[in-house]
Amino acid sequence: MSDQRALPPHPSFLWRNPDPRDSYDVVIVGGGGHGLATAYYLAKVHGITNVAVLERGWLAGGNMARNTTIIRSNYLWDESAAIYEQSLKLWEGLEEELGYDIFFSQRGVLNLAHTLQDMRDSVRRVEANRLNGVDAEFVTPEQVKEICPIINIGQDIRYPVMGATYQPRAGIAKHDWVAWGYARRASELGVDLIQNCEVTGFDMDGDRVVGVRTTRGDIKAGRVALAAAGHTSTLTELAGFRVPIQSHPLQALVSELHEIIHPTVVMSNHVHVYVSQAHKGELVMGAGVDSYNGYGQRGSFHVIEHQMSAAVELFPAFARAHLLRTWGGIVDVTLDASPIMGLTPVDGMYVDCGWGTGGFKAVPGAGYAFAHTIAHNEPHELNRPYSLERFVTGELIDEHGAAAVAH
Amino acid sequence: MLMIDCPHCGVRPEGEFTYGGQAHVPYPEDPHTLTDEEWAQYLFYRDNPKGAFRERWVHSAGCRKWFNAVRDTRTYDITSTYVGAAPSDTNTTQGAQS
Repeated sequence: MSDQRALPPHPSFLWRNPDPRDSYDVVIVGGGGHGLATAYYLAKVHGITNVAVLERGWLAGGNMARNTTIIRSNYLWDESAAIYEQSLKLWEGLEEELGYDIFFSQRGVLNLAHTLQDMRDSVRRVEANRLNGVDAEFVTPEQVKEICPIINIGQDIRYPVMGATYQPRAGIAKHDWVAWGYARRASELGVDLIQNCEVTGFDMDGDRVVGVRTTRGDIKAGRVALAAAGHTSTLTELAGFRVPIQSHPLQALVSELHEIIHPTVVMSNHVHVYVSQAHKGELVMGAGVDSYNGYGQRGSFHVIEHQMSAAVELFPAFARAHLLRTWGGIVDVTLDASPIMGLTPVDGMYVDCGWGTGGFKAVPGAGYAFAHTIAHNEPHELNRPYSLERFVTGELIDEHGAAAVAH
Repeated sequence: MLMIDCPHCGVRPEGEFTYGGQAHVPYPEDPHTLTDEEWAQYLFYRDNPKGAFRERWVHSAGCRKWFNAVRDTRTYDITSTYVGAAPSDTNTTQGAQS
């Protein structure tokens, strides 16, 4: 068996770095996973190649570089299962589609149950998943131990493992390589990827957006698509409308390198930590957002301490592991913990935001549906329920507490 | 961890407090007259500024009283804490009602 830690050779060329042109058919604001995937599917599926992706920093340096790479589709509600399952199906063909290694590893995810209510919710979610064609099973503590031998299923801890849901097709991927894979193919198809280019305003003609102002000059745009995660509301404010998101710090961390000992992904909402092991051997962990609003890409240390205590209780072997690095991203959280994707009050402007703590797994599915929305000026069936209007109609998609809270 | 100056108890670590989101969002004066759009604004829309933000905290593990703070969401520096209405000499964040 080959060493899973070995990396394949890197391609010698990834993407062009052009100067911005005067005009594009579509300008995508935000060069993270969602923006890059959207650009790729616009070019590949819809033949729209006169496209620019504007990124204020470096490509995929925001949340795309800061997530814990968990991919799953075991959400409760039909609307969520539909878009996340479509995304998972795209993940399953992505290495072939992009011709690029992304280290997609379907090692499964366990969502642990520690209370009676957890147990009821978990069984309900497994049944809902099955009805929606999502692979799911309910497993006993002994089966949890078989799937993940390093986990502690003893009764002598504060919140013993009572059971878990298991989605075998879930897994992880190497986030940077995912972004580079999309960027490389998008660039090949003619998309201009423009870094260090911050949007500072929009040019309007009545109710219609006709261009963007940037730190690298003004650019005319037929359509403008926002994929800026935690900074979305600062952009929509420039465009004259509001989105119901709050930007929070979300922290994650890695340990130093260890032997490969963790064969799956373990998530626990109740003691609140999620843990996997990256292909090189770092333990990758995350938990919930910091409670306060923040754009600082950092959070408070007590949040890290809390998730560490949960991790050590579930995985006693981690007690001697050393924390190597912590960091924070800026996640855009909506009240119903579901994304917003669709048209906006501004003609020609589209928004993809509100993915909160769960945007990475949605990269292919969101990009695919958002590209359709932009190309046809109307939502794809997958994102029709995720319109801004749902906050007025009350048709919320309440995944808070319904799925695993930690995305 | 933030160090927060509770107006009643003095400076204490963040772990003693619970966050309450945007401050100065009044309950609608006459809820029966609100349109769906106005209800959406009241229930779901809050300011999300990158910069100074007036927000609520409660000293859960101390005096258990609510108060307000002005905090910069970029640096997390808290410039003031106060009880009650917003001081009129500084910029107030836009209310959530439209």
